[in-house]
Amino acid sequence: MSTTETTEEQEEVVHDDHDHPSDAKYFQIAIILGVLTALEVATYYVDIGPALIPTLMVMMVVKFFMVAAWFMHLRFDNSLFTKFFVSGLVLAVAVYVIALSTFEFWSKG
Amino acid sequence: MTETTTVDDVVTQPLGVYTRPRGGTGWRDWITTVDHKKIGILYGVAALFFFVVGGIEALLIRLQLATPNGTVLGADMYNQVFTMHGVTMIFLAAMPLSAAFANYLIPLQIGARDVAFPRLNALSFWIFLAGGIVLNLSWVLGGAPDGGWFGYAPNTGIVFSPSAGMDFYALGLQITGVASLMSSINLTVTILNMRAPGMTLFRMPVFTWMMLVTQLLLVFAMPVIAVALFLLAFSRLFGAKFFDPAVGGDALLWQHLFWIFGHPEVYILILPSFGIISEVIPTFSRKPIFGYSFMVFSGIAIGFMGWGVWAHHMFVSGIGPISVAAFSLSTMFIAVPTGVKILNWMATMWGGRIKFSAPMLFAVGVVSMFTIGGLSGVTHAISPADTQQTDTYYIVAHFHYVIFGGIIFGLFAGLYFWWPKVFGHMLSDLVGKWNFWVMLVGFNLTFGPMHVLGLQGMSRRIDSYSPGFGFELWNMVSTVGSFLIALSVAIFVINVIVSAMKARGQAPCGPDPWDARSLEWLTPNPTPVHNFDEIPVVESLDEFWHRKYGTDEDGRIVRVASAEEVCEDGSAVGVHLPSPSFWPIVFASGLPFIALGLIFNLWLTVPGGLLVVMAIYAWIFEPVDDPDAAHGDHDDHGGDEAAADTTEEAPVV
Amino acid sequence: MSDSATTDHATTTGMSHNKLAMWVFLGSECLLFGALISTYLVYRGRFADGPAPGDIFDIPFTSVSSFVLLMSSLTMVLALSALQRGDIRNNRLWLLTTALLGSLFIGGQVYEFTTFFREGLGYTTSPFSSAFFTLTGFHGVHVSIGILMLMSMFISSLRGTLRKEHSETVEIIGLYWHFVDIIWIFIFTVIYLVPSPTS
Ligand code: HEM
Ligand SMILES: [Cu+2]
Repeated sequence: MSTTETTEEQEEVVHDDHDHPSDAKYFQIAIILGVLTALEVATYYVDIGPALIPTLMVMMVVKFFMVAAWFMHLRFDNSLFTKFFVSGLVLAVAVYVIALSTFEFWSKG
Repeated sequence: MTETTTVDDVVTQPLGVYTRPRGGTGWRDWITTVDHKKIGILYGVAALFFFVVGGIEALLIRLQLATPNGTVLGADMYNQVFTMHGVTMIFLAAMPLSAAFANYLIPLQIGARDVAFPRLNALSFWIFLAGGIVLNLSWVLGGAPDGGWFGYAPNTGIVFSPSAGMDFYALGLQITGVASLMSSINLTVTILNMRAPGMTLFRMPVFTWMMLVTQLLLVFAMPVIAVALFLLAFSRLFGAKFFDPAVGGDALLWQHLFWIFGHPEVYILILPSFGIISEVIPTFSRKPIFGYSFMVFSGIAIGFMGWGVWAHHMFVSGIGPISVAAFSLSTMFIAVPTGVKILNWMATMWGGRIKFSAPMLFAVGVVSMFTIGGLSGVTHAISPADTQQTDTYYIVAHFHYVIFGGIIFGLFAGLYFWWPKVFGHMLSDLVGKWNFWVMLVGFNLTFGPMHVLGLQGMSRRIDSYSPGFGFELWNMVSTVGSFLIALSVAIFVINVIVSAMKARGQAPCGPDPWDARSLEWLTPNPTPVHNFDEIPVVESLDEFWHRKYGTDEDGRIVRVASAEEVCEDGSAVGVHLPSPSFWPIVFASGLPFIALGLIFNLWLTVPGGLLVVMAIYAWIFEPVDDPDAAHGDHDDHGGDEAAADTTEEAPVV
Repeated sequence: MSDSATTDHATTTGMSHNKLAMWVFLGSECLLFGALISTYLVYRGRFADGPAPGDIFDIPFTSVSSFVLLMSSLTMVLALSALQRGDIRNNRLWLLTTALLGSLFIGGQVYEFTTFFREGLGYTTSPFSSAFFTLTGFHGVHVSIGILMLMSMFISSLRGTLRKEHSETVEIIGLYWHFVDIIWIFIFTVIYLVPSPTS
């Protein structure tokens, strides 16, 4: 066994599952997520004018990354996983934002 | 040898109601195999078959266009033939032929025994084949696709394309796409996760690197065409309004989705060929590749930039001046990393003791022909020029120089180069040289004149032209050339047959026929089922070469070991290998039923769906490693590999 | 047997094949949903003679079902952490809860679709309607596949074959589940909460 020789890529790895957060931490995250959702929904009832879309986007992004970082363990896991996921994400956002621009989506909606 | 591979027949065992295949011989072995080498061969055979089919379609096109007012094919048939020619060549010939090389060579080049998910690998092949069959069934089930290989909306809607052809296009390509996606994930994990000790990323051969970039492009590009094809299928089958201009559907949406996939696809096609010739050129120049890291990084750069140029296919589609200018620029930039590669290959050859064997001839063919195609490509990066060129034969000339000159020549280089690795005997080099020269002449006669025709104004995708426009001469030349290409392919086939007959009864060709450089040649020819007797420990780039050569006290390179001393003899026994399985082919065989069901009669989807579901559950209950085929002295089959193919399922073993 | 065989089980990066494959797959899925969402965004204002998105979206209702799906991510991660501790009972409980919450979400979607249909929004009404049903439908199919996997896990647990050493399988299914949730976080904001065109 144990033929895995140490190379540059190998050093950073092999975090074990032991440093996973506790259940209490998960509940905490869920509460924050819930509150953020409530705030998001509140914007439907309270008029905040031009701040609406930026506010929604910020809250969305925060929720998004909280789930990815904590529930999907990206914070604790091999950075390779983050790289794959973020590549997909960034590529998707970039490509489709450009495509939507050619439809003049941002100016005309 | 292992029990896994020597036991000859199907053996009953108590796992359930079925008997699990064990190695064996003959057709049963081929349909149940999970060996990456056999799967590679299957891909190769299927791809060459479809290459001939697509070639026959090409000859029909050329016959029709040989003289003015051609009568070989009617207009409707012409549309079907050129559409299926393009679709077949790209999705059923070029891509799977690359997959053949990827499957066979990647594990060997990184020092592994198989891919990460052997059964998934088999599944990918069978699904690909199912997709190819679905596409070609259209010929006998009411007409082939006729909307061109990029299927522009709304031309592909029911109104303009009432036969079922475009349904076959949407569903058939969807199926082959699933196969590509699975296989790309599989190979990505294989390359990242299964390298031999010491095989760092920057000791991997350029071929493996280019394949890694290719797989990543597939991972991210296949879902885009999947969505495009879903939208098309839902529009045609269920009446969705995506591309119906009457109610606000937008034809440009299809174009964007198709080309967001389509341009990366171009690199998906070409990078494997670049990888192949990056192995061939150093070997036959007897020099290490010039600028290894430049080679790798330019490949990565191409992979990235390939995502930012797609709208150059849409310069005349009305995307607005800013978009046109931006994409025009980005397209010109992408020529840079490609140019880097060309220069590196030339620098590798420079000052080398070049030996022009058949593989090298084809590789040099790539460098020269691809450069011509690349240069005409730059001319249509300039959007005003493209406005004149687009949809003419100039474009057809351009993309055949890159596709045929760049890809097909490269794949032939690979076939000649690795033939002894795969089959244990060489192809005749003399015949191979004939093969090359006839193909080169035929290729240039066929596609060179198309530049002229295009600039003269001959439109692409027309089924006939009237006399008097000055098109006659060059069309005739082109048709003659296309038959020379056909002749060259026939020469190849003859070479294969004759070489195999000559080799029968003879000992294998022996190790290392080319004085090669990378790890796959460490194994004997043909490669034994278990690949490596001993997983090698890698110390440098070009590991195999460094085991054969050293330097003397004056710093001159000298041979320190013969190939026989360095190569393994393939005699290892008891190597543990994944067991064969029926379920990949069962799974895949359900898909044509589902596709035909969606097109003709929904009831047909029931048996199709049942086959798929049955295969999935049977698959889960079948451990990757047949417990009865194990040797008992280690009990770790339930480890990472056991659940390997069942990623998303219960370990209910 | 020869020693060489044993290298089969070590991986270069130290990460399991399965988990790496799942992450690569999720990267790929970003492009899939990106294309569907873009299609929707291009078409959200093209509702022909049919209802416009701003006319029919029921924000309070969708908020509730979004919350349900969000909480299913919590129960999913609790299922995993229970199994990692070897706590089979709680693992089973949370698996089932997650599947139930997922089913609740799907039920909500079925209800939403039928309501829209009654209000005159069929699949073929307009580019908007086709795009809307296709996007949310794809998401729904993803959730449903997740539910099937969770139930397979649950049954496997009842049969006693889901043990601590299998926690990676649950973790991988969890990754898929959270991903589907993340996509909904995006859809909920961009498709529902950002004000839509009205007729
Ligand atoms: C024997 C060699 C070949 C000949 C003589 C040939 C000939 C042609 C001709 C004349 C057309 C234009 C049809 C038209 O626009 O009316 C065409 C289209 C095309 N060819 Fe080839 N071809 C050959 C090989 C290949 C190969 C190897 C590939 C790709 C791997 C390929 C890919 C395509 C594609 C994608 C199209 C566009 C189809 C469309 O317009 O939808 N061809 N070919
Ligand atoms: Cu392009």
